Amino acid sequence: MARQLNSALFIRVLSVLSPVTLLLLWEILARIHFIDVRLLSSPSLILQSFIPLLLSGELLFNTSVSVQRVLWGFLGGSIPGILLGISMGLSPVVRSAIEPMIAATYPIPKLALMPLILLIFGLGETSKIFTIAIGVFYLVVINTMAGVLNIDKIYLDVAKNFGADRKNFYLTVAFPGALPMIFAGLKLGMGMALILIVAAELSAAKAGIGWMIWRAYDMFDIEQMFVALITLSFLGYIFSLFLDRIEGWVLPWKQQV
Amino acid sequence: MYDTERISINNINKVFYTNSSQITALKDISLSIGDGEFFCIVGPSGCGKTTLLRILAGLETASSGVTTIKSSQNDRPINSMVFQEQSVFPWMTVIDNVSYGLRMRGIPKKVRNEIAELYINMIGLRNFTHAYPSQLSGGMKQRVSVARAFANDPEVLLMDEPFGALDEQNRLILQQELLRIWEGTQKTTVFITHSIDEALCLGDRIMVMTAHPGMIKAIIDIDLPRPRDIATIRTSLYYNELFQTIWSILRDEVLSNKTSENTII
Repeated sequence: MARQLNSALFIRVLSVLSPVTLLLLWEILARIHFIDVRLLSSPSLILQSFIPLLLSGELLFNTSVSVQRVLWGFLGGSIPGILLGISMGLSPVVRSAIEPMIAATYPIPKLALMPLILLIFGLGETSKIFTIAIGVFYLVVINTMAGVLNIDKIYLDVAKNFGADRKNFYLTVAFPGALPMIFAGLKLGMGMALILIVAAELSAAKAGIGWMIWRAYDMFDIEQMFVALITLSFLGYIFSLFLDRIEGWVLPWKQQV
Repeated sequence: MYDTERISINNINKVFYTNSSQITALKDISLSIGDGEFFCIVGPSGCGKTTLLRILAGLETASSGVTTIKSSQNDRPINSMVFQEQSVFPWMTVIDNVSYGLRMRGIPKKVRNEIAELYINMIGLRNFTHAYPSQLSGGMKQRVSVARAFANDPEVLLMDEPFGALDEQNRLILQQELLRIWEGTQKTTVFITHSIDEALCLGDRIMVMTAHPGMIKAIIDIDLPRPRDIATIRTSLYYNELFQTIWSILRDEVLSNKTSENTII
């Protein structure tokens, strides 16, 4: 018992200690000029840059602009993705009609679509949200369809035997049965959304975390770039915590497995 | 033996087609099952007994022939099935699983929950009413499956080896519970099993099937009084005689099934 407790404590300490050690090493290497602070900066310099950015509200403003784009794009991609994915999973007709198109267009890097999207939707918010939505859509639709197809056939038999109509097939079997896979798709989609927001804000944005990174690049302000990068990773962490929380709330039956 | 017929099966044939061959799963099955009868079907594995039940359940169509289940009330579902493998929805609580059929029929939540609670009490899972199946043992899940079928109050209960996957102790307990609930409702039941013992303990009649193609080999009446107690039945001379009779019929089938399998290999 005591040994178990000790090793649990050790693991917890280790998980805190290892990043701290890394930061410390980074700082020391920068101080002794082993690494070039003009390119790789140092934790203390980044902190010096971070505080004014935070106090002036600039960081918060840019973060909220990006978060809004990510959220709208995420919703815009995942809701149609879930609906279409369920239909494709349940109906062989829909599946054979849509799947080839999805398979053929999925490998196109979503960034390669950016110029086209900019031409169609202009330089405003829509083009950025749309880029993110497309990236999220593919991951969610593919995972949702796989989730429905993976539902044990016995559950479809039960629903049929107990007289479920089409609506109830969706609501009581296909959707809840596919939910674990849908969440896997949503999590992948969230990662994709964060990748795409930086790229989308490269072109024709006037605010946002991605925009901050590119502006820092233009001004050769390495510290600000690091602040934006760290904010981005923090956002990713918050989003995944948020999705985990929703998953636990929506999938209570998965908890005890 | 029975005044009114509930299920009639006329000249059912079922052929499965594969790329290179066709397999006759069921051949010329005709029989009549009375209202309130507990009818058991025993046969070697792969004799098409599950296929026959799925045809009765409307989950599969026969290649030829007709099955009819007579309906006594318009709003009553024709059949409800208890499946062989794990079939309770893992994403629904026990009460939502048990009331599933009632919900599909549009019965208001309050009413259907009252009915479901009645059956949950009957199967002894009162403390698990709002638990998810992942918190239940295999035997408890199968009880939920049985309760779901009973709660739906169908004309006919179809049971496809419902206790086949359980360990012996659980199986004994569930058989006795099923007898108790069934004796209270007197629902027409078609029960598939590979266990002669189970068929003898539960059924009013036993149909023995041949293997490849599945045909009716014999139908045997079981004259054991109800309510039944499984432990008492098993020690009776009558049980042992019938067991021998059925086993001698079935043994030939199982053996011939084995040799035909060997020749294919």
